[in-house]
Amino acid sequence: MSEDTLLETRGLTKVFGSLRACDEVSLSLGTGEIVALLGENGAGKSTLVKQLFGALQPDEGEILWRGAPVVMAEPAVARHLGIGMVHQHFSLFEAFTAAENIALGLPDEPMKGLAERARETSRAYGLPLDPYALVADLSVGERQRIEIVRCLLQNPTLVIMDEPTSVLTPQEVDRLFVTLRKLKAEGRTVLYISHKLEEVRALCDRAIVMRAGRLVAEADPKTETAASLAAAMVGGEVPAVRHRAPPPAEAVPALDIAALNTPAEHQFGVSLADISLTVRAGEVVGIAGMAGNGQAELFDCLSGEIATVDGRLQIFGVSAERLGVDGRRALGAAFVPEERLGHGAVPGFDLAENVLLSRHRREDGTVTAGGLLRRGRARRIMRRVVERMDVRSSGDNPPARALSGGNLQKFVVGRELDRAPRLLVINQPTWGVDAGAAANIRQALIDLAATGAGVVAISQDLDELFEIADRIAVIAGGRLSPPEPAATMTREAIGILMGGVHEPADAAPGGETLAT
Amino acid sequence: MRLELERRPRIAWWAELGAPLIALAMTVVIGAILFAALGHPPLRALHAYFIEPLSEIWSLHELTIKAAPLIIIAVGLSVCFRSNNWNIGAEGQFVLGAIFASALPILWPSAAGAWVLPAMLLLGMLGGALWAAIPALLKNRFGTNEILVSLMLVYVAGLFLDWLVRGPFRNPEGYNFPESRNFGADAILPEIISTGIYGGRANYGIVVALIVAVIVWFMLARTLRGFEITITGASPRAARFAGFDSKRTTLFAFLFCGALAGLAGTVEVTGAIGQLRPSISPGYGFTAIIVAFLGRLNPLAIVVAGFVLALSYLGGEATQISLGLTDEITRVFQGVLLFAVLASDTLIRYRVRLTRPHYAAKETAR
Amino acid sequence: MIEAILLSVITAATPLLIAAMGELVAERSGVLNLGVEGMMVVGAVAAFAVAKETGSPYAGILAAALIGALMAALFAILTVWFVTNQVATGLALTLFGLGVAGMIGEAYVGFPGVSLGAVAIPVLSDLPIVGRVLFDQDPLFYFSILLTAGVAWFLFYSRAGLRLRAVGDRPEAAHALGLHVNRVRTLAVLFGGVCAGIAGAQLTLVYTPQWVENITAGRGWIALALVVFASWRPFRVLAGAYLFGAVTIAQFHVQAIGVNVPSQLLSALPYLATILVLVLIASNRRFTRVNTPAALGQPFVPDR
Repeated sequence: MSEDTLLETRGLTKVFGSLRACDEVSLSLGTGEIVALLGENGAGKSTLVKQLFGALQPDEGEILWRGAPVVMAEPAVARHLGIGMVHQHFSLFEAFTAAENIALGLPDEPMKGLAERARETSRAYGLPLDPYALVADLSVGERQRIEIVRCLLQNPTLVIMDEPTSVLTPQEVDRLFVTLRKLKAEGRTVLYISHKLEEVRALCDRAIVMRAGRLVAEADPKTETAASLAAAMVGGEVPAVRHRAPPPAEAVPALDIAALNTPAEHQFGVSLADISLTVRAGEVVGIAGMAGNGQAELFDCLSGEIATVDGRLQIFGVSAERLGVDGRRALGAAFVPEERLGHGAVPGFDLAENVLLSRHRREDGTVTAGGLLRRGRARRIMRRVVERMDVRSSGDNPPARALSGGNLQKFVVGRELDRAPRLLVINQPTWGVDAGAAANIRQALIDLAATGAGVVAISQDLDELFEIADRIAVIAGGRLSPPEPAATMTREAIGILMGGVHEPADAAPGGETLAT
Repeated sequence: MRLELERRPRIAWWAELGAPLIALAMTVVIGAILFAALGHPPLRALHAYFIEPLSEIWSLHELTIKAAPLIIIAVGLSVCFRSNNWNIGAEGQFVLGAIFASALPILWPSAAGAWVLPAMLLLGMLGGALWAAIPALLKNRFGTNEILVSLMLVYVAGLFLDWLVRGPFRNPEGYNFPESRNFGADAILPEIISTGIYGGRANYGIVVALIVAVIVWFMLARTLRGFEITITGASPRAARFAGFDSKRTTLFAFLFCGALAGLAGTVEVTGAIGQLRPSISPGYGFTAIIVAFLGRLNPLAIVVAGFVLALSYLGGEATQISLGLTDEITRVFQGVLLFAVLASDTLIRYRVRLTRPHYAAKETAR
Repeated sequence: MIEAILLSVITAATPLLIAAMGELVAERSGVLNLGVEGMMVVGAVAAFAVAKETGSPYAGILAAALIGALMAALFAILTVWFVTNQVATGLALTLFGLGVAGMIGEAYVGFPGVSLGAVAIPVLSDLPIVGRVLFDQDPLFYFSILLTAGVAWFLFYSRAGLRLRAVGDRPEAAHALGLHVNRVRTLAVLFGGVCAGIAGAQLTLVYTPQWVENITAGRGWIALALVVFASWRPFRVLAGAYLFGAVTIAQFHVQAIGVNVPSQLLSALPYLATILVLVLIASNRRFTRVNTPAALGQPFVPDR
């Protein structure tokens, strides 16, 4: 152990049931370095970090802080040592102000004057923030700033950031990197969790790779290629998606919407304004955008879960404004929502019952004319989907809850593909799915388009969209940009569109000044 | 020490079956402690409460009379609760059903013939459904809390009944007693075995209850409507994705449940009572909530649960006579039973562990 | 006459206010306790019995607070730690409470009770009209007003109140911040129980110093409705409680004036008014949505 080792773990192990989520992990972090923690979803990164932050207790192994063993009984202990954490899924309260949120996370800071201190810190690190703004009114990037400012107010020596850039525009990512380098220059250590390899190469001094709960590699990202890091993460090559010729321009429109408007559904929802889009048969249109810019609303609008009251919506030339979900399905449309548990599938229902969820029309053969269920037929469809999509589970017909996220997503996608839809609308196709399954799902979408179906893929993952989409549009603040051919579109252009109209805090006085 | 819960991915059939039994056992144990605390030998008191009512023919008849309304209401409640519609005003719907049904023989005493009784049953269902429609429509239209509205309507229904039997429905030959005239023979639910050594007061209400339970079980388990009801309660968002209209489901569940509560009220006044009085229910509408949960919202299991709770009424009366205890003990028992049912439900859905996280962490760290 | 009416309105409103204030705190932490009626009725009988046996109404209030807390503890263990369904558990608590109160109270039916006397505040009570009405009252009235102000301050100006609201808004996020969600909720529920118990004590020590079965007559439920009506804001609860107090008292005076209306209809007024108010509030979405605790009624299970 060298002089300037800040934190060290020895044989850290955490077991959930039969899963060794964290398996004898030994690592050390030095003072003043930015270390990347790489790994796929489910590789054990979060489990490891939660133990470093006191949110989970290790079953075996120990943690040393500046050379001395410590027990992180709860997050407060880690905080007192000087460990700060910026969560991936923000622990923010929408109905509260930024200052109230910061006060909640800092039990030892006096509440008086906290708002002003937060404003100062945010300026000092180039992260402009209005402490009195209601979180609900802030963009995702601004919300992240609250988390970072809250973390910095504790003057931490180790900052853990969990996938911080997954919610940012390329421009915001650049700004975040400036902040992180400043932290490093101040002698603080940053543990940077990510699976975006190019970013890691640009930012980090060192990379640690996890796979299946174990530390499998340690590398200098500057000398590695993105491909070699990816191979270490996945433990082999990820098959590339096979492409196909884009559809002819004169193909019939599978989906045609024009001048669609919806009011916000609830207090913190987004309203859609003047949405127009044409998706041709055989085409994949990708819709990019940061979380919370109207993706969920757009999906509900297309699926018919929100009634279309203002605008035109046609599926293969048939007016569908007045149709609900079922009526649109009857026109050959299929839908895969973002939320798997509780929207696309019912957690407590078994898979066969979950087949009935989107396939309970008489044409599906699962219901008789008298309204009786034919569970045997539903079970047959279930088996077909499980086999085709390689859904892995224990038992023949388990409840949806018992499946892992990736397997459930494969099942839900497979259930819709099994209907041979002519139009598929899918929101976040591979969110939280491991690389192998993600590749399968992307391939399935492209294959579906090749059969002449129109596909709308809403995704926050730009890499994914560039991989599968023929054209890409960007949604920001409930407005949709006109789609452009993916081949001629750049990340920078998409980033500018993503920022769109939704940057109110930057307009605040003194917002852009960097106090260096 | 900390209580940790971990959701079981799936629930074994035997656990599902065993949970209500565990709850019953817990209730008996708590009951024994309660009796001992009141200064009665627990075993003798438990015998008086749970066994004696089952040892005589007449009390078995009484058991069916009490079980019938409980089962009919609880089966209706299972439809409501499964769809996440918290109708706790079944007591009021029961009363309205009784009033609507009774209106026929009271306002038209000379009505006679085989049609009278079926007409009363239909009227009773209509009355209960109309009363239940109020919380449903307010919930759908304004987003009003159905728990509070349906409950408030219980008080209103009780006062309405009180006014009727002291006013318009009062028996003109009844010496100003607050009760209606006695129903004619055609407006009375017949007894099943009225004579002989096995004879007693039991009427066809229990048969009605069994038929209702089987029909609703079939609806919930085998039809698309049943699927719609269950999925609406299990996951409203997924139900919307499936294309089911939650407002329609809410209205259906309330109307269905109200109609059954009204049917139960009709069975009570045409069977056990034979007239309208200011008070026609010892809290059946509330006790049925316990029946529904003890039966795990499964109509067939609710039949068994209905008899268990019917026994709790008879047990309360029995201990009142033999031990001189107040029959309030019935409500205490019912409350304890519902607590036990809910707690045992958690035991089968989760693994429950007591842990000492801090010490465990320290041991491994050294 | 006006003074008498105002006094009776206050007496009718105070138990509603105290019970609703306790429930408001519990609901702000995310727990819906439908057992208010049960906790209240047990508090009422305990206050009556203890005051009668000891001769001290204050001992009665203490007993009511304790037994209210005990009932609430039962509820908290089940709903917070054993994540049982809150609606059903609350109903069970009410049934259980009515039964227990009936059993304890049987021996006291028909006996006169101990009355909690008025305590005049010097100088202020000599003011014309308001002096008698506001400053020559029983101590529970003063308590109810201080309680309202205290709860309002606690919720919106203290860190503990901020935490309590956070727990009721997003328990997962609160947990991630290291807040003890279930501990906060347990304490909030216990507070609700203490308040409900004291509200019950007011009924048997001030409102009608005697024990009759079902003395609460649905007041616990009306208190629940008040919390919704007030959209979870303390001073709106105060306003609502006095509105309902006025409705309750109105029925007596309408009869006294000799208006020919069935007494049952007048008795139904508070319940009908509750429904009407719930409709009016629910149809104004903006009014409720902003303040509704987002996680109300949802149990919290930390992941592993």
